[in-house]
Parts: sequence; structure tokens; C-alpha cells
Amino acid sequence: MASDANSQGKINADGKREVVMVGNHLAALAAVDSGCMFFSGYPITPSTEVMEAISDFLPRIGGTCIQMEDEIAGIAAAMGASMSGVKSMTATSGPGISLKAENLGFCQMAEIPLVVVDVMRGGPSTGLPTRVSQGDISQSKTPSHGDYKSIALCAGTLAECYTETVRAFNLADRFMQPVFVLLDATLGLMHAKAVLPTVEEVEAGVVPRKTFDGTNEDYQPYGVGPTEAAVLNPMFEGYRYHFTGLHHDGKGFPTEEIETCRKLIARLFDKVDAHLDEIELNEEYMLEDAEILLIGYGSAALGIKEAVNRLRAEGIKVGMFRPITIWPSPQKRMYELGQKFDKILSVELNMGQYLEEIQRCTGRLDIEKLIKVNGRPFSPKDIMDKVREIV
Amino acid sequence: MAFNYDEYLRMEKMPTLWCWGCGDGIVLKAFVRAVDSLGYSKDDVCVVSGIGCSGRFSSYVDFNTIHTPHGRTVAFATGVKLANPTKKVVIVTGDGDAFAIGGNHTIHGPRRNIDLTMIVIQNFIYGLTNSQTSPTTPQGMWTVTQKIGNIDPTFDACKLVQAAGATFVAREAVTAPKKLEKIIKAAMEHKGFSYVDALTNCHVNLGRKNKMVAAMDVLDWIDSISVSKKKYDTLTPEEQMNLLPRGILHHDDTQREYCDAYQMVIDAHQGKRSKITQDDFEKKI
Repeated sequence: MASDANSQGKINADGKREVVMVGNHLAALAAVDSGCMFFSGYPITPSTEVMEAISDFLPRIGGTCIQMEDEIAGIAAAMGASMSGVKSMTATSGPGISLKAENLGFCQMAEIPLVVVDVMRGGPSTGLPTRVSQGDISQSKTPSHGDYKSIALCAGTLAECYTETVRAFNLADRFMQPVFVLLDATLGLMHAKAVLPTVEEVEAGVVPRKTFDGTNEDYQPYGVGPTEAAVLNPMFEGYRYHFTGLHHDGKGFPTEEIETCRKLIARLFDKVDAHLDEIELNEEYMLEDAEILLIGYGSAALGIKEAVNRLRAEGIKVGMFRPITIWPSPQKRMYELGQKFDKILSVELNMGQYLEEIQRCTGRLDIEKLIKVNGRPFSPKDIMDKVREIV
Repeated sequence: MAFNYDEYLRMEKMPTLWCWGCGDGIVLKAFVRAVDSLGYSKDDVCVVSGIGCSGRFSSYVDFNTIHTPHGRTVAFATGVKLANPTKKVVIVTGDGDAFAIGGNHTIHGPRRNIDLTMIVIQNFIYGLTNSQTSPTTPQGMWTVTQKIGNIDPTFDACKLVQAAGATFVAREAVTAPKKLEKIIKAAMEHKGFSYVDALTNCHVNLGRKNKMVAAMDVLDWIDSISVSKKKYDTLTPEEQMNLLPRGILHHDDTQREYCDAYQMVIDAHQGKRSKITQDDFEKKI
């Protein structure tokens, strides 16, 4: 365990850890508690504190943290370490994801597990480096060219900066692909108390990467069932196979064989779609008797929840639905909610990137929206005013 | 008895996609003989290649192999090596991959002096994609993107990586396969960033349009533009200008290798040594 006195925190009456930290440090702590032994990245506001913290955590346990020469190398080195069998992570913000896009596609194609923390800031381009936004929602679905299925988790509380990073490591090794942890400038830099599971609880929940223990001749790392993830043994242990970003056969070697190509891309989708129940996670708050539904995620949900409480005190019955797994979206549940609620308000810190997904899932174009793109967070009052307007 | 290459090759991938008479196969065989003479287990070696004709190198050799996106070999290899400091990690790439799209990584790998061996199959052109200008295409030569003649100056790859910090720098050509094998072996034995410039022929996509139709024409041209370092050192700067020296050009065993340097970080964090200061380094600025 890498933790120092502060990260060990104190154990409260419920047997949980209480620590005082910023969200970015919590992501770093979650990584080492999950068994991460390698981090590479490039400094970028507002994510740099992840690397600052993990550069201390990792060498304490014999792990490695390296600051690379650019964002591209920042993800590439972590991918190299992960290919060799070591749990790895990188962290960045939107402009960094733009630069990492090609390698994220390689991660999808070659099925390399990797946790990618994206601490969102205002965009496009250099945008508002020190200000909050939720502008990377669309980007996290399709950062790279081609067809693949992203998994993106969006922390909505300080504690979730930790727990969603833990979950990301487990999902990455379970589905053999990159998993985004979306934080934002508000959560990443928020300094407060967080109640966390104990290290023992995290360690007990670790999903180990599958391995093959037959002969090298029989080993087909990519020759798996149509809804299964690749089984990539660690390097240097006698299984000498091939990683490539080209379409490849069961052994990993380049091919243009028609059926092999079709099946590969179909499997990249089906390995996720067939197991949505293992990935989906939502919070439903005061939905039972609600008359108006608010949908939001990430740090925006902090304001939404407070607005729900205050509006209810005024007698306006509102509730909140918060996807924590943003991609793949909880489409079945959102469809049901679209059937149940007449008035739905989408709240997000962008021009409506997830609104489009809500419209798709509910099949409705009459979703109200509250958006903000000036780098400032929502106050509960912003949300309350909008609800009073549509009530 | 003849050397058994099959043991190190993925024979089911033969024949290679390289053209008849291509020098890439000479580099491949020299590399295999070098690995064999060093006695490395195939399981302990990782070969990382990029995009281009040279990119296919990794799929033909029976090691742990990675075919990275264009230009990223050094960055991927850095991750593999740092996570597995006791293993051998070898990069085999081309001049476009290493010095155009991958230029930034090709200077920072040497700067760190991380224990990687980088072999650049230097054919002066983008071969796989049919004759686009590379950073080492000589000025005045025909390329498909500069059909009236290339105006872009070239990199001296060896000088570049040496200036960046590589502690072993060598150049040889496929016209001298035994020497190439020895140089690759010496590069892999060196602890630190080792660089091998392997001059080779692309008669199909460089030669044909530059009055060197046959493989031998390009090989003769390579020998005409390169001389041994021993001879090169006796020449005047004017005579050196249009010649590339061959042999071991730079070898420095005094610099700290990066994985060893990182062990200092681990030891300091674990209280096994004091914090790292400028006194730990010969070079202060």
C-alpha cells in the first residue's frame, strides 16, 4: 500500500476511511489501492495534481511514474507498460485527450486495458484552462476514428473520484479496453472530506486480468467468443504474440480476411453490449413521488441535488436521475423515465452534449435544457429558477 | 552448419511483404544473428516497430512484439522497459517513422539514456506508401510529393540522437551484413540508449525514379556516399560534407542509465537513501 498517514485517513464508526484531499489526489490514491504500478503523463491543468500525487505514491511501492515529453507519449508509455501486463494509468484534460486520440483508438483495437483520467476544463482548444466544464462528454464516446465502444465513468462527488477510479481499473481489466474517469475542474480541485472504502475492501474487489495457461501454440489472445474480451497474457512469460492497430487474427497478426475483420469489430461492440449490467451505474434521488425529472451528472449534480432539496421544501416535487456510467449510456432506464415523466430537464455544463443522448434514449425532443458554457459551475439557484420557469 | 534462422522467425508469416532485393531482410537476419550470439531467450526480448515497411519487422520475429501507431515506437518501448527493467527492448523502425512523425520521441528517448536499442532501417524514402519525401531523402532527388526534385534539407540522424543524449551511436549498411550484425550486437550489449542507423536500399520506390533501377545500383550508391569512420576522420570538412561515416561513432559508458536513475527515486522514497541532489550527477546543467 502506497498510502501515507493522510491517505490512510482515519477509520470512522462505520468502518470507512475518512480522508481530506482534492479529487485529483483521490484518483491517484484509488489507482495505487487498485494495484496500479505504472503512470505516465504530461502536465496539463486542471489534471496535473493526479501526476503530482502518484509520483510520490508509486515509487514507495516500487512502481513507476514518468513525466513524458508530450501527451502522445504520456499515453503511449502507459500502454506499453499495460501491454507487458502491468496495471497502468494516465491523466489529462480535454486538449490532452485530443492529442491522445489515435492511441486511444489503438487501445480499443488491440484491447489494451488502461485507465484514463480526464479532468474536464472549458474548451474548445485551449479554452478555459482553470475553469470547469463538461465539454468532453462527446469526446469520451468517440475520441478516435473508427468503430468501437467506449466506457466512461463520471464522478459526481469527491468520494466518487476515488470509487469510480477503482471501478475503472476493474472494468478495464474485465473488458480489456481503455476506461475514462471523467472528473472536472470543480471536483478535481475540491478540497474536502471524503468517506472511502478501506484498502482491504478495494483489494478484495479487484478483478484480475484473465490469463491463458495452455501452450504457446494453442494460445489465441484474440481468438475468443463473440461477446468476450481478448485474453492478453503478460509479456516475457513464454507467450510470444503480437500487438497491432491493424485488423488482426486470433494470434494478433495483421489480416484483411473478410470475416475476421467483420467479426473483430462486431466483437469490440458486443463484448460491452452483452454485459451492460456489469457496467451501468446510476443514482436515482427522490424519484418515487417526483413530478419533474432533472437529469445531470458529474459536479453539476451537486447543484442539482441541492436544488431538489430546496424546491421540495417549497412544495415542488422534483427528483434527480444521475448516470455515473456515462458511456455506454443507461438507455433502457432513460427510456422508462421518458415514459414516466412528463416534464424532464437536462442540466449540463456544455451546449447539450448529453441532451442528445437523452433525446435518443427517451425518443423525445421536448426535453427542457439548462446549459452553461462560461466556465462557472451551476448554483442551486440557477437550477431552481429554471425549474420554476417550466413548472 | 548453416545458421538456423527459422528458430527466431515466425515462419508461417513468410514470405515477407518486402520487395525482391530489399535490404530489410538483411537487417532482419543481422538482428537475429546478433540476438542468437548474445544468447538471449526469445521470451526475454520485446521488439517494437512503427509504421512503414520496417513496421512489419515485428510481425516476422518470434519475440514479444508490438506494432505501434506511426512514430510512437520510442514512447511505447519506454513504457515496456520501465515496467520491466531486466528485459531487452529493441525498436526497429524507419526514417520517416523515427525522424518525421516520431521526431519528438526520438530525441527524448536518447535524452533519458534509457536502455533501449533503436535500429532505424534507413532507406531515404517512404517506401511502403510509394515514394513520399522522408527527412533523410537527399535534396534534388525525385519523390512523388516533390516530382521536380526534393528541396527539403536532411537530418543527420546519428548526429541528432547523439546531440540528444544517446550513449551509443553507430551506422552501418546492408552492404556489410557481418559488420551490421556486430554493431547491432554491440548496441544491444550497451547499457543506455543505443542507436543504429542501418543504411539500406529501396530500389523500387527510391531507386527507379532516381536512375538507380536495380537493387545493386542503390547499394553501390550507399557505398559511394558512406565511408568508415576511420577514413572519415582523416578527411577535410569539405570532403566530409557529402559522406556519412560508418562504424561506431559514439560510445560513452559513463552516463547513468534511466532505469538505474529511477531506482534512486524508489530508494529515496523508501528511505533507503537520501533525497536526490545535483551532487548525484556529473552533469549539472
